Amino acid sequence: MNLKVKIAPGLELRNPVITASGTFGYGPEYADFVDLSRLGGIIVKGTTLEPRQGNPYPRIAETPSGMLNAVGLQNPGVDAFVNMTYRIIRDIDTAVIVNISGSSPEDYAEVSRRLSGLDRIAAIEVNISCPNVKSGGMAFGTSTDGAAMVTKAVRENYDGPVIVKLSPNVTDIVSIAKAAEDAGADALSLTNTFLGMAVDVERMKPLLSTVTGGLSGPCIRPIAVRMVWQVAKAVQVPVIGLGGIMNGRDALEFIMAGATAIQVGTANFIDPAVSVRIVDEIREFCDRHGVADLSEIRGII
Amino acid sequence: MKEKSLFEIIDIESLPLGNALMKLRPCSGKMPDMEPGQFVNILVPDTPGAFLRRPISICNVCDGLLWLFIKAAGTGTRHLCSMKAGEKLDIVLPLGNGFTMPESKDARILLIGGGVGIAPLLYFGIRLREQGYNPRFLLGGATADSLQLLDEFKKAGEVYITTDDGSCGVRGTVLAHDIIRSQTDRFYCCGPTPMMKGVAALAREMNVDCEVSLENRMACGLGACLCCVEDTIEGHRCVCSWGPVFNTKELKWHES
Repeated sequence: MNLKVKIAPGLELRNPVITASGTFGYGPEYADFVDLSRLGGIIVKGTTLEPRQGNPYPRIAETPSGMLNAVGLQNPGVDAFVNMTYRIIRDIDTAVIVNISGSSPEDYAEVSRRLSGLDRIAAIEVNISCPNVKSGGMAFGTSTDGAAMVTKAVRENYDGPVIVKLSPNVTDIVSIAKAAEDAGADALSLTNTFLGMAVDVERMKPLLSTVTGGLSGPCIRPIAVRMVWQVAKAVQVPVIGLGGIMNGRDALEFIMAGATAIQVGTANFIDPAVSVRIVDEIREFCDRHGVADLSEIRGII
Repeated sequence: MKEKSLFEIIDIESLPLGNALMKLRPCSGKMPDMEPGQFVNILVPDTPGAFLRRPISICNVCDGLLWLFIKAAGTGTRHLCSMKAGEKLDIVLPLGNGFTMPESKDARILLIGGGVGIAPLLYFGIRLREQGYNPRFLLGGATADSLQLLDEFKKAGEVYITTDDGSCGVRGTVLAHDIIRSQTDRFYCCGPTPMMKGVAALAREMNVDCEVSLENRMACGLGACLCCVEDTIEGHRCVCSWGPVFNTKELKWHES
């Protein structure tokens, strides 16, 4: 059976299971629970040009079948990544993908340039969909022009595969997806978190310091599956599906809706070993259904 | 090394206010090494509304059993407190960094706990006693009823008590007890945030070293999601992986 999937020219993953940015640290945080070499890939924490402290606490609220977060891209900046973190993670035997964010297309271009010499980085995932920062982030992901502009800025400054991560907080995700594809994206990942809000009724205050935050977990899965299905039908490039995947069954839902690979995010918080279990469960499904290659069921719906 | 393991509830004692003292045995038969001040992250079974794990302090490790003193604070912890012996729990442990041992065996140390915050101080106090230190405990509760595990604490050192209503010990918060102003080299404190801030302010005034154990809301427990950060002099630091124990010199509490 073949679980290998091709995401972009020169980027083949040993299986379709990738850990989502912001939920898996840089990888070593989970090494006690997961044999990292069994993963299709790891997408590391969102990286920006300058170090960022992120938003004030509280940054998290539990919600029905999910959670809201308002971390706000806390990270030590791209230079710290290149000079320190990269040395620690460069020998992890899986595809290590760096998620990047910025406040302007120039930020994205500069971060891409600084990452371009790192031979063990498999790809860049361009975050144009963070709902938790004031400028940039999601702003670029909510218009076709913004999505195209940022995609182009990265494409022109990075030789490796470029994955663009789309925001679900739009009226027509298909048009944004096409704009990113036309601007040179090798693959698209969707969805990022949904803008949400929760109130502590007894205290009459929002649960998050920023009032609104990004909703993730199984509560968003049906919407994410629908969006992946719509986008996969409309674009030629591979789609990476994510949104509330908790097990192999959920992952297969995305694959049948058209995803080439999937990302596991919030589920890592519930079960730190879930990512490799999902690989096993996909394999078990394929065995049971006589699927020799995932392409046989990809986009079957 | 951290692990995700199944534990069986061997004994669960219901306490006032819906709280519980749970004693668990690892189904594997092998108890991981755990340091006082570390915590565990528990998956709440069969409880819609408890999606994330619940971080709980390690109260004691004794005779092959892990003790957890759980406050019924919400949907998840209420369910945990209502569980029965024989039921099993999926636990990720041990997490975080514990209390720092005092440099000298002669150090005058005071372990100050409030409410369910007394839990990690028991394990730490027992460890201190075993290693030849002389811990003293100052334990505060709302009422006499809310003070738990006193016999266990007394085995490890002298115990001083305050209650808000005066039903046991000195009336008032831990700050009302004279012992807190006695000559001391280090405070170790765990309890409600206002209480810890009060103790930290006093420690600063008295020039006493002070460690506190924080309980910010968290998701992963592994330092990956960056949700549980505390604002420190070195920037935002995860309580789950950098703490939960912090020296109050690292915190910015006195600035607010």
